[in-house]
Amino acid sequence: MKRVVITGSGTINALAWDVPGTLAAFREGRCGITELDFRDVERLSIRIGGQVHGWDGSAHFDRQQLTLYDRFTQFTLHAARQAIQEAGLSFSGELAERSGVVLGTAAGGVTTWDDNYRTVYEAGKNRVHPFVVPRLMNNAAASHVSMQYNLLGPSYTVATACSSSNHAMGQAFQMVRAGMSEVMVTGGSESMLCFGGVKAWEGLRVMSRDACRPFSANRNGMVQGEGAAVFVFEEYEHARARGAAILAEVVGFGMTSDGADIVMPTADGAARAMRGALRDGAITPDAVGYINAHGTGTAANDRTECAAVRTVFGDHADHLMVSSTKSMHGHIIGGTGAVELLACIMALRDGVVAPTVGYEVPDPACDLDVVPNTARDASVDVALSNAFAFGGFNAVLALRRV
Amino acid sequence: MSDAVREKVIAIIAEQAVLDVSDVRMDASLEELGIDSLGLVEAIFAIEETFDISVPFNANDPSETDFDISSVAAIVTAVEQLVADQKE
Repeated sequence: MKRVVITGSGTINALAWDVPGTLAAFREGRCGITELDFRDVERLSIRIGGQVHGWDGSAHFDRQQLTLYDRFTQFTLHAARQAIQEAGLSFSGELAERSGVVLGTAAGGVTTWDDNYRTVYEAGKNRVHPFVVPRLMNNAAASHVSMQYNLLGPSYTVATACSSSNHAMGQAFQMVRAGMSEVMVTGGSESMLCFGGVKAWEGLRVMSRDACRPFSANRNGMVQGEGAAVFVFEEYEHARARGAAILAEVVGFGMTSDGADIVMPTADGAARAMRGALRDGAITPDAVGYINAHGTGTAANDRTECAAVRTVFGDHADHLMVSSTKSMHGHIIGGTGAVELLACIMALRDGVVAPTVGYEVPDPACDLDVVPNTARDASVDVALSNAFAFGGFNAVLALRRV
Repeated sequence: MSDAVREKVIAIIAEQAVLDVSDVRMDASLEELGIDSLGLVEAIFAIEETFDISVPFNANDPSETDFDISSVAAIVTAVEQLVADQKE
């Protein structure tokens, strides 16, 4: 089996429009959750989110591109450009044919759906733009990355709600490891911070009106974010031969299904996914120094996730750090695992563990070292990134310091 | 008005619990009636639609708001209060 390393990274989210800015925010423990700003927000009861304010697609793309790029595609392309630039790769010949792109998104072009439903239902018009379908489809973002960078191998989009980008990156990892691809561009994107998107979430009554406080006893729900992160996963010898800088090694992937409830998570499914990632990477539990938690800030997830960590790690659970960066960038749904992988890379490469901000009151059901409010310097050899989705689909990645 | 509210709330709960209206005891908790967290959220939605009110309820922390869901009777009282407050 081949070794798989990360040689490029890019992002845009509420904290920053690039990786250095995002990592700086993680180090500072800065919260990017603000008042939402979009049409009809006054009709919502939930009015906060990790929104990317001030983004103007026309500053980045031309008119023809914009007719085809939903906001989630724009975010993806912005992040992909950074990642591929950092990797220093250009794709042609055999490399192009042995490279692809696998991305995660839960819902694809939600703002395109929203805008065009308004047009036909609210405004009563009987005609929509001819490119509505190619603009809103879930695979639009992956397709445009493939087209723009000449990635001619296996490409597709994974939609498993909040686990989408972890599943996507896990697949990309397996494809490179199996020798099926030389390079895979991977990650995920989500943008459903529009009236219809947030209105739908409101209905579940799991959203906080004031803050995302994972693991804190007074947590009262999740806060939605938006954005993207994209990475270049590359076969180790290929990266070494060209002298590429390596950010981290991807060493394991575990995925499981709860088989239980459409929204309530189980500790067993989460625990089996973490165990699966460790087994896949031949990692002993006590080698793990940091877990980027799913940590949504809902009553149910955080309690269940902490119980799962205790089950998997036993006594070592008291000797590892577990933080949720959703407290800073919000829950980016299908793109969240990708943005959170940046915190794992920061822990491994820079020796800085991102904090869980907004932490106020200890919860006996979440009695792990959640790195409250302040980032911490620590030497970490192995990090896990957890994602547990509605529908009971769990995906855990394991990364190792290089 | 009070009877009307009670009857409608009981009908909503009975439908959610897949029970006969006559089997919904006023002192029963939703749990006893077999209504889980998703069922509760659906019942609250039905209450909001039926009475054209807004129910303050967060599934993460049911005790956070004044909307008491400890029993059928408590829900009826809470809905009556909300109807009175929000119809003024």
